[in-house]
Amino acid sequence: MSKAATSLPRTIGAHAVLLTYTLIALFPVVVIVVNSFKSRNAIFRSPLSLPTAETFDLIGYKTVMAQGDFIQYFQNSLTVTVASLFFVLLFGAMAAFALSEYRFKGNTMMGLYLALGIMIPIRLGTVAILQLMVASGLVNTLTALVLVYTAQGLPLAVFILSEFMKQVSDDLKNAGRIDGLSEYRIFFRLVLPLVRPAMATVAVFTMIPIWNDLWFPLILAPSEATKTVTLGAQVFIGQFVTNWNAVLAALSLAILPVLILYFFFSRQLIRGITSGAVK
Amino acid sequence: MSQQSLEHSQDRRPTRWHIAVFLAPALLVYTAVMILPLFGTLQLSLFRNVDNAQVFAGFDNFRTLFGDPRWSDSFWNALGNNTWFFIIHMLVQNPIGILLAALLSSPKLRFSAFYRTAIFIPTILSFVIVGFAWKLILSPLWGVAPNLLDLVGLKSLFVPWLGKEEYALTALSLISVWQFVGIPMMLIYAAMLSIPDEVIEAAECDGVTGFSQFWKIKLPLILPAIGIISILTFVGNFNAFDLIYSAQGALAGPNYATDILGTFLYRTFFGFQLQIGDPNMGATIASMMFFIILAGVCLYLFLIQRRLRRYQF
Repeated sequence: MSKAATSLPRTIGAHAVLLTYTLIALFPVVVIVVNSFKSRNAIFRSPLSLPTAETFDLIGYKTVMAQGDFIQYFQNSLTVTVASLFFVLLFGAMAAFALSEYRFKGNTMMGLYLALGIMIPIRLGTVAILQLMVASGLVNTLTALVLVYTAQGLPLAVFILSEFMKQVSDDLKNAGRIDGLSEYRIFFRLVLPLVRPAMATVAVFTMIPIWNDLWFPLILAPSEATKTVTLGAQVFIGQFVTNWNAVLAALSLAILPVLILYFFFSRQLIRGITSGAVK
Repeated sequence: MSQQSLEHSQDRRPTRWHIAVFLAPALLVYTAVMILPLFGTLQLSLFRNVDNAQVFAGFDNFRTLFGDPRWSDSFWNALGNNTWFFIIHMLVQNPIGILLAALLSSPKLRFSAFYRTAIFIPTILSFVIVGFAWKLILSPLWGVAPNLLDLVGLKSLFVPWLGKEEYALTALSLISVWQFVGIPMMLIYAAMLSIPDEVIEAAECDGVTGFSQFWKIKLPLILPAIGIISILTFVGNFNAFDLIYSAQGALAGPNYATDILGTFLYRTFFGFQLQIGDPNMGATIASMMFFIILAGVCLYLFLIQRRLRRYQF
């Protein structure tokens, strides 16, 4: 590499821009979390300072724990996300295997049909989805959400996974066939373990929009027993608008689990994006 | 569908049931919960509820939507706002994303993993968090924004942006940009990493470096990625709802200044205040959104994507 590309002023300039943007990206999050640990007076008097021994206060968190049913909401979110993820990965991988492994009539058409959902958002069908859920008695159940999110996640999962499955060596699969493995065994024993990195990428991509969705919980499952964390936080904050301690604490509680998960999975996510999973 | 295709391939080989077994679950869920409701919604937009019975009404709902001033004013207002929402994303989000990616992709930059991780954080947060966090920060009651402006001596510039009709939509668009800048950044970054070193080295041998290298060598090579980002932004924006709903409520205030198609659909479908919900008109608006998104996607697939030159290395 030539020296021109790494000259000192240019490096400093690059760091200055990136650092500035990093500050812009993190500032709101930090302000919210920091202020959630302060007393009401301190929140207003000096919003930009860190909590000190005098201003430290957990009253907001106490209010949230006493009022909102956040543990229940959290369980609901977790159930919906994990179940949807399981079905998206299992069904998506099975369909991707069929599309990438076998040549049959209508293969291309089937691929296009499944890819349609990448571009057309499922939200546009909401009116009829609600009717469907009412007709089948699934309104205000977590099953309704799992079904919708599974359908929403499948197109991208099939698309990405079939790209990866095409790369699995044919010799390996044929060796399995000669050894008398059934097609199902070839899929579950040989192919699935080999595409595990791609599955992780799909999992992260599928998980974030499901966890953060507000639209479908609001429409399909708004009851107290089935509220997800996102909807619960939205309703709670709406009711406690003037209680700043409680609002800031609720926001922090909603941010923290996602942040923790992100720090565990960020490497996987970024590698997934940059390895050309989305071309 | 899979059944049919199986029958066709029957001529030589025995029926390969496993293909159907592999395809069936995904196909079933996808068709039942996504494709059929999409068409169901299109169909509902052609019906009208008369005495608790659905009556075929032809294009009457669309005529109401465009002909009745009470509906058409709201619709054009929402569509106009949505277009402005999209324009701001294209003009602010994508250039910033490209700039950050260009800086990140320089090979000897230190801490680039840290920057990538940090800048992507807003993208993983939910709209509810983002909407409320910014609402608090921009609130004149709390003074974070005025205090910050005071630090640089610009306190007089502070306006309660989210509460003013003329600024609210732009402010919300910029908040959405803040949240999603990580996506164009990552996709462009990936595209830039896939440019082979030889191309860059050849450019440097010819004395093309720095900005002109970005402009003449890298930018043409990442154009397909920019195309994909544009269409993703388009679909995302014309389907947006959550951010406006959490920051401004279903009424998309002040005075509908931040009403976009998503919130308009929600209000029409579910009703608000004194107006009761109307599934048929809701379906009509959803159908219009469907046609707008479909038109955008087709435009991209048939006009833009074909003209983008792809380079094979």
